[in-house]
Amino acid sequence: MAVIKVERKPLSLAERSYMPGILAGMRITIRHLLGRPDTMEYPEERPAIPPGYRGAPTLVKDPHGREKCVSCQLCEFVCPPKAIRITPGTVPEGAGVDHVEKAPQAFDIDMLRCIYCGLCEEVCPEEAIFLLNQYSMTGYSRSEMVNHKDRLYEMGGTLPDRHFKWDVKKAAELGAGGQH
Amino acid sequence: MADFFFGLPVLLQAVLKGIAVIIVIFPVAAACSMAERKVCAWIQGRPGPNRTIFPLFRGIPGMGVLQRLGVFQLVADGLKFLFKEEPTPGHVNKLYYTLAPVIAMVPAFTTVTVVPFGAYLGSAGSVVPLSLANLDIGILAVFAVASLGIYSLILAGWASNSKYPFLGSVRASAQLISYELSMTLAVLPVFLWVNEPGSTGSLSLARVVEFQSRAGFWGGTWFLFTMPVSAFIFAVALFAETNRQPFDMAESEADLVGGFHTEYGAYKWALFFVAEYANMIVGAGVFALLFLGGWNLLPWVPLASLLGWLHHATGSALWLHPLVAGIVSIAIFIAKILATLFVFMWVRWTLPRFRYDQVMRIGWQKLLPLSIANLIVYTVAIALMQR
Amino acid sequence: MIQPAATDLITVNVDGREIAVPKGTNMIEAARRLGTDIPHYCYHPKLAVVGNCRMCLVELGMAAVDPATKAPVMDPATGRPKINWRPGIACAANASAGLHVRTTSPLVKDFREGVMEFLLINHPLDCPICDQAGECKLQEQATGYGRGYSRYIEQKNVKPKRTQLGPRVTLDDERCILCSRCIRFCKDVAKDDVLGFTDRGSYSTLSCYPGRKLENNYSLNTVDICPVGALTSTDFRFKMRVWFLKQTSSIDTESSVGANTVVWSREGAVYRITPRQNDAVNDTWMADSGRLLYKAIRSAERLDAARVDGSSSALDFALAAAAGILAKGGVGVVGSGRSSVEELFLTAKLAKALKAPAWLVSRTGEGDGLLVSADRNPNVRGALVTGLISSLPSARLDELAARIDAGEIRSVVSVGEDLAAAGIGAKRLAKVSVVYLGTHSNPTSACARVVLPTLTVFEKSGTLVNQQFRIQKFARAVPGLTGAADDLLVLSRLVSAAGGPGLGADAPSLWASISQEVPALATMSYDDMPATGLLLDAAPWSQLAFAEGPSLHYQPAQAQKEAPARG
Repeated sequence: MAVIKVERKPLSLAERSYMPGILAGMRITIRHLLGRPDTMEYPEERPAIPPGYRGAPTLVKDPHGREKCVSCQLCEFVCPPKAIRITPGTVPEGAGVDHVEKAPQAFDIDMLRCIYCGLCEEVCPEEAIFLLNQYSMTGYSRSEMVNHKDRLYEMGGTLPDRHFKWDVKKAAELGAGGQH
Repeated sequence: MADFFFGLPVLLQAVLKGIAVIIVIFPVAAACSMAERKVCAWIQGRPGPNRTIFPLFRGIPGMGVLQRLGVFQLVADGLKFLFKEEPTPGHVNKLYYTLAPVIAMVPAFTTVTVVPFGAYLGSAGSVVPLSLANLDIGILAVFAVASLGIYSLILAGWASNSKYPFLGSVRASAQLISYELSMTLAVLPVFLWVNEPGSTGSLSLARVVEFQSRAGFWGGTWFLFTMPVSAFIFAVALFAETNRQPFDMAESEADLVGGFHTEYGAYKWALFFVAEYANMIVGAGVFALLFLGGWNLLPWVPLASLLGWLHHATGSALWLHPLVAGIVSIAIFIAKILATLFVFMWVRWTLPRFRYDQVMRIGWQKLLPLSIANLIVYTVAIALMQR
Repeated sequence: MIQPAATDLITVNVDGREIAVPKGTNMIEAARRLGTDIPHYCYHPKLAVVGNCRMCLVELGMAAVDPATKAPVMDPATGRPKINWRPGIACAANASAGLHVRTTSPLVKDFREGVMEFLLINHPLDCPICDQAGECKLQEQATGYGRGYSRYIEQKNVKPKRTQLGPRVTLDDERCILCSRCIRFCKDVAKDDVLGFTDRGSYSTLSCYPGRKLENNYSLNTVDICPVGALTSTDFRFKMRVWFLKQTSSIDTESSVGANTVVWSREGAVYRITPRQNDAVNDTWMADSGRLLYKAIRSAERLDAARVDGSSSALDFALAAAAGILAKGGVGVVGSGRSSVEELFLTAKLAKALKAPAWLVSRTGEGDGLLVSADRNPNVRGALVTGLISSLPSARLDELAARIDAGEIRSVVSVGEDLAAAGIGAKRLAKVSVVYLGTHSNPTSACARVVLPTLTVFEKSGTLVNQQFRIQKFARAVPGLTGAADDLLVLSRLVSAAGGPGLGADAPSLWASISQEVPALATMSYDDMPATGLLLDAAPWSQLAFAEGPSLHYQPAQAQKEAPARG
C-alpha cells in the first residue's frame, strides 16, 4: 500500500501565536451571540410538519367510516422491531360490512418499539395504516405506550380513499342479484 | 453613618466588612454562572434558561423579563445546591475533603478586600479610593493570597483519593506555578513606571489608578495602550490562573471527567464554583485597575474631571457629594469588570481547550520569555525616559 | 430402497437432459426428478389425473420419422434428429421412449401466461384476507409464471363467498379455479362422493350434492390439497397467517396408524395440524379427528401443578412423596399405550425397580379402514417392544382389581390412565394410594395421593411404534405448560428413587440405554432415525391377535406373515 507523505505547510509566526485564529473565532461567536436563536420554544412553538412525515403509525377509516384494516398481518410481518401485534378476527354477519369478512380483533402498536420506518404503511395492501404527523408521545408506564386499536383509529381518523375496493365489490355483489 | 461605622470596635468592623464581602460576592459570583450560561446559549444560538419562575410571580409585570433572563433559574440552582443530598464518598479523607472547598473560598474572598472598587472626592478635590483594606502592598497581597487558592485544588484532588481528581490537581498546581511567573513579571513594568523616582514607593492598586488619572496626554493614558504586551500577558495568565478555558486543565471534563472536583457534589461543589467566579471577578478587577484605568470612565477623562463636568453641566452640587461620587465610580468600575468577565466567557465559548503539553509550552517557552523581554524593554525605556 | 428392475426404465428428454424413469411416470414427475418445476394445479401425485387446469402445458415432441424410409429425419441446422413439437399437458403425458419435453421455451412461457391470465380473470383480489396466502399455488405461480399485470377491465364474476360445505370446511367459490382435486379426493380416497360442479363456463361452482354435506372424517384433506383459498378450514379460518407459523414434525396419536403430521405453531400456541407425506403410512392424508388434538394443550382441564394429598406443592416435594408411597411396597404399575417408547422404557424400568406387575389399558374403537385404526392407543406395540407387557392389554384392569381386593397391591402408579374408567371402582381406588402422572384431570387424578403433571405429545419429543411396527419420531412443537414436567424427567426421577439405575431424562440420551437393552431397537439411535420412520422386526409378536383391521398401507394378516425388512 502506497503511503503518500503530505508535507505540512510550516506555520507562520502569527499562526503559531494562535491569535489570528482566536480572533477570527471570537468574531464568529460574537456574531452568533448577537443573532437570533436558531432554536424553537418547543411546547409553544411547533415545527411545521412536512408532507410525507413519518410520525406515529395510525389506523385510518375510509370516508364512509368503515375500518380499512383487514388484519392481513403483513405489517406485523414486515415490522423490523416487531412493534405491531395483531389478533385477526371475523367480521360478524349482518354487520353491514360482512362482505369484507375479516377485521382485526385487536391491533396493538408498541410505541416503545416502533422505529418510525414506515414499512407498515408501505406494505399495507388496504392503505389502512398511515404514519401521520404525531411525533410526541409520552406515558407513565410501558403499557400506556402501547397504542390499542381504538386509540389508533382515534389518532388516524379518516383519510380520502381513491379505490373503495370493498364498496365496489359489494356493488358488484348486489348488482349480480344472487344470480352468479 | 460613616462616623458611626468607624466608631465601632475594629474587630466588629472587620466582621461587618467580611460579611459585606460574602453578601456581595456570593450572589455576584452566582449571577456570573447564570451570565455564563446565557452567553454560552446565545453564542450557540439558543435562548438559554428562560423558563423558571416562582408560581406566585407569574403575571406580575416585569417578571417576564427576569424570567427570560434566567434570574429565577439562578435562584432555583442555588436552592438546589443548598437542599440536595450531600453525599460524601466512602473512600475520601473526610477532613481534607471537607476542608478543600472552604479553603478555596478563603483566597477568593480575601483578595477582594485589597481591591479598591471605587473612589470619592475628598476635601480639596482629592480622590480617595474606596476599599476594605487599602494596603500599601496591594498587588503583592493579591498575588500572594490568590496563589494560596492552589492549596484547595491540591487538597481536593488528594483528599478525593481518586485518579481523575488527583490528575486534575497535579495539572492545576503545575499550571498555576507556570503562569504566576509570567503574570508577576508582566505587571512589574506598570509598577516601575508608577513608582517614578522621587515619589513614595507603593504597590497599591489605587496608586496605579491614580497614575492613570493624571493630567496630560501621557498622564491620562491607560496602561493598556502604553503597555499592550504586559496587558496581553497578564490577560492570558489570568485565564490560566483562574482555570478558565482554554486553560482549564484542572477540570477538563473531556479527559478528566470533572478534574479536581469529580468527587464533589451539592454545596461543596457549589463552593468551588463560587470560588472560581470570585477569582475571576477579582482578576477582572485587578486587570481593570492596572490596565483599564480603574474607575475612570474613559482615557483622559479621570473621575474628578467627569464629576466636575457633570457639576457644571447640571449645575447641581449633588455630583460632588462623596456618596454620589462613590456610586458613580463603583458603577464605572463594575461595568469594566463585567466587560472583562464577558470577554472571559466569550473566549471560553469560542476556543477549544489546549492540550496539556501546549499549556506548558505556552507558559514556559512563549509567555515567560516574552514577559522577561517585555520587562527588560520597559525597564530600559522607563530608565531612559525618567533620567 | 429397492430399485425397479432396469428393464422397466424408459429414457425421456427434459430440456435437453435425459433421464430414465419407470414406465407410466408422467412428465411432471420425470421433470421433478431432474429438479425442473412444471407448474400445475389439478395434478396431485396421489389422485387421478384429469388435466383440466392446463397449467402444466409444455411442448412435447417425438423424433420425426421419414414416412417412407422410417429413418429419423435429421435437422440440418444442428445435425441432430429433428423433433416434431406440439403443445401438451405434462401431467397426462406418460413416459414413452424418445419423448422430448421443453419447459423453458418462449412458447411454454406464453402458454403459462395465457393460462394464468384466464385463471385470474375471475379470481378476487382477496389475498389480504385469504387464509391460503403464503401457501397459495396461484400466488406463487402468478408471481413465477404470470404476466404481472391484468388486462381485464370488466367486472369480475360474483359468487358465494362463505358456503359451509360441512361442519369443518368453508368454501369461497370466487377463489375456486375448478381444479377438481377435492372432488377426486372425496370420490377416490375418502370414498364419500359428495362434491361436484354445477353450472357452466365461468359460472361453474363447486357444491355438495343436494341434501349432502362434506362431513366425512377426511374432509379437511380437501382444504390441504386445494391449491387456492377456496376451501378453508373453519377451525383455522382467520386465525393466523401461515408465514408466522413454525412447522414441527409430529405423529397423529389418535390411533395406532401413526399418521405423520406437521404441527404449525407460533409463540408457543399451536394453530393447526396438517398431514406430512409418508408414502408408507398415510400418503398425504390424515383424519379430521386428529387435527383437533392440539386443543388439549390449552384445555381448562390441564394439570398445571404437582399435588400431594389434594394441595399443590413443588415438584421435588411431590416426587419425594411419591417415592415414599412407592417405597412401602405392594405397588402396581399401569402404563399407557399413549406414552412414547422412551416413557414406556422408563415405566418398565420403574416396574422392575419396584418389582411391581405392570398393565396397560386397551382402548379400541371402530377402524375406518383408512387412517383411523381400531386400536386407539398409538403405542401398544411400543409397550411390547420395550418389554413393559408381553401380551395384549384388555380394556379392564380386572387382575389389578382382584389384587387390590386381595390386599396385595396397596399403591398404584398410573401413567395417564383413568383407573376408574378401566374397571377399578371408586371404592377400590379409595383403598389404594395412587400416584398419577398425567396431562389432564380425571376421576383418578382427583383421588390420587400424588399428582405429577406431565406434557402432551406437542410439548415433548419421542418415538411411537405404529401398527406396522414402524417406529416414528415426533418432535416438540411448543414449550411445555408452566408447572408441568417432562414425563421422562418425572419417570427417571421415580426410577432413581425406587433404587433403579440413573437414566437420562431426554429422548436422545435415553436411547443409549434403549438401544443396548431392547433387542428390537438395537443399532438404532434417536438422532439418526429418518423422518419416515424405521420398520422393526415384528416376528416376536406375530402370534398376538392385534385389534386392527386393514387400513391404508396396512394388511394385518400380511403384515404378520411377512418378515419385514428394515427401512
